[in-house]
Amino acid sequence: MAVAELPAHTQLVRKPRSLMSDSINRLRKNKLALGSIAVLILIVLAAIFAPYITTGDFAKQDLMANNTIPHWMLPLMPKGAEQYLRFNDDYILGADDLGRDLWTRTVYGARISLAVAIVASTVSLLVGTIYGLISGYVGGTADAVMMRIVDFLYGFPFLIVVILLQTYFKAVARRGVGGGFGQAMVAINESMGGMFFLFLAIGLVNWIGMARIARGQVLSIRRKEFVEAAKAVGAPDIRIIFRHILPNIIGPLIVVETLAIPGYIFLEAFLSFIGLGVDAPTPSWGIMISEAAPGIRTYPNQLLPPALALTITTLAFNFMGDGLRDAFDPRLKE
Amino acid sequence: MLRFIIRRILGFIPVLLGVVIFTFFMARAIPGGPFDFIGDKSLPPSVVKNLEAKYHLDWPEWEQFISYLIGDELYIGPVKIFDLDPETPAYSYGVLRGDLGPSFRYRGQTVNDIIGRTFPLSAQLGVMAIILGLVIGVPAGIISALKQNTWLDYSATFVAVLGVSIPSLVMAPLLIWIFSVNLGWFPAATWGAKPPYFQNMFLTPGFDWGNYFSHAVMPVFALGTGLSATFARLMRASLLQVIREDYIRTARAKGLHESMVIYRHALKNSLIPVVTVIGPMFAALITGTLVIEQIFGLNGMGKHFVQSITNRDYAVVLGTILIYTIILVFSNLLVDLAYGWLDPRIRLDA
Repeated sequence: MAVAELPAHTQLVRKPRSLMSDSINRLRKNKLALGSIAVLILIVLAAIFAPYITTGDFAKQDLMANNTIPHWMLPLMPKGAEQYLRFNDDYILGADDLGRDLWTRTVYGARISLAVAIVASTVSLLVGTIYGLISGYVGGTADAVMMRIVDFLYGFPFLIVVILLQTYFKAVARRGVGGGFGQAMVAINESMGGMFFLFLAIGLVNWIGMARIARGQVLSIRRKEFVEAAKAVGAPDIRIIFRHILPNIIGPLIVVETLAIPGYIFLEAFLSFIGLGVDAPTPSWGIMISEAAPGIRTYPNQLLPPALALTITTLAFNFMGDGLRDAFDPRLKE
Repeated sequence: MLRFIIRRILGFIPVLLGVVIFTFFMARAIPGGPFDFIGDKSLPPSVVKNLEAKYHLDWPEWEQFISYLIGDELYIGPVKIFDLDPETPAYSYGVLRGDLGPSFRYRGQTVNDIIGRTFPLSAQLGVMAIILGLVIGVPAGIISALKQNTWLDYSATFVAVLGVSIPSLVMAPLLIWIFSVNLGWFPAATWGAKPPYFQNMFLTPGFDWGNYFSHAVMPVFALGTGLSATFARLMRASLLQVIREDYIRTARAKGLHESMVIYRHALKNSLIPVVTVIGPMFAALITGTLVIEQIFGLNGMGKHFVQSITNRDYAVVLGTILIYTIILVFSNLLVDLAYGWLDPRIRLDA
């Protein structure tokens, strides 16, 4: 049966707008957030195409060129630096004390930071959301027990747990362990330049806050009419959770997770800084800062690339997170 | 109130015990031992064996654990081993009696000595950084909320995002480069190393404050600016929310002066989220002090913590972690108490 043509005056003058398109429109108006997204896309592209825009070998040591700088960086150097400086324009950002190209290392360092940002946030979002969903939806004793566990873990000093785990993983990797499973893990870790254990350590501890937020969100909508309606028509629990509850809570969770990403990047940089991050010679901005910091009086140029890259990346993530929050959860703004 | 405090403190026991158990066995599970290397040289096996026997590392692990908790008497009787060798105390009274045991790597020093020597500096760094964060961050957040959508607000918000985005890892070398290398205003390092030497929390008469602060200012700023940015963002968001509450409208409707509305009615309630983060902030502060102490070469607890992990100096690792955990749980308790004061609707006894 054909649908009758609506009378002219009741026809839609413009396309209907969904909540989603409203949010996207709000995001479009936010220049700062858009700019940050553009910057992040650039960084991601640089990380992906690193072999094409750099020398491609972050570990290559040109010992004749160690601690050299290109001429254009001279204004950045302290007074009287001409007396000890050696120039080499082959390296666009100079070379470090082992003669490794700083530009290459900085670009490859983005791979580590971005990988940590993506993997840690995905793991924390997945585990935390599922934990929170189950705890909040099932309720009762299960909820009480699950939340006691989370409360207990919440009192734990995170950073210290991560540091100990990382020390353990690194020591195991260095000395080797007996079991086949352990060997396999170490092999995976080695092939990833020491990143695997880093993911594991950061991921293991960061789902806890997420679980709490997810549970709170579930509790706030679990008694709503549409959930009741779904139950009334006999939808199985699993369908209610994933079809009715999850889509309603995922937005705020993603926003919270985005705002947590700079924290993960800091954590990786910090662990690498104290020598518990990725394995040398894999470049990480934290390692590069820790290598350059002692020489800051004579070679401040070596500190600049990793420091700037780290700051710009976290800045972009923060602005993007703020923009997403304002766009998808406008109650928080006004 | 008192019941609440007591209940919370009793609740600390499983957390502290959990932390001790986890770190004790985790630290010992890490391959390698404290006597593998002295400097670059590895020791002969017989020497390692003797050293391990001296510090009871040859005992079964659970016996080591019990003796770590309640002291060594249970296993070796009241014999005072350190009487034989007063320089290197290897005898412990147990954590429960406040003895964190001997250090394996620093001969003749107990963990209590090391922490007592290094903690004051870290504590001063942390406390001053938090005060700086509050002093800058809270007023900035208030101003930016009250002048919402003006250039003042926009610039303050922008600076605040910038502040949370610059890690202390970057901030510290940056400050050194600007104020120490280029301008030469402040010494780059050696806070607490030269006079005024900071042995403890107490001041000696004739204390050289100028010198003290010229050493302290850069580490404190490097740590504090990030905190102040966090505080400013939270304060702004929360004050904006509170200003739209009904009771604020009521206060305005009954003709109160605007300053009265803000100071009497809005501020106190909007402080709650700020207080909430002070708890986790202490955790961030610990990370921060680790970085700051490395970069500024400060002889604080954080530096020793990192070193002791690489050295496998189990007793020092455990001792510092225990102190960190105690600080964390007590700061969380203070946060809960502050809630009750700020918002009487939050009942602590319930």
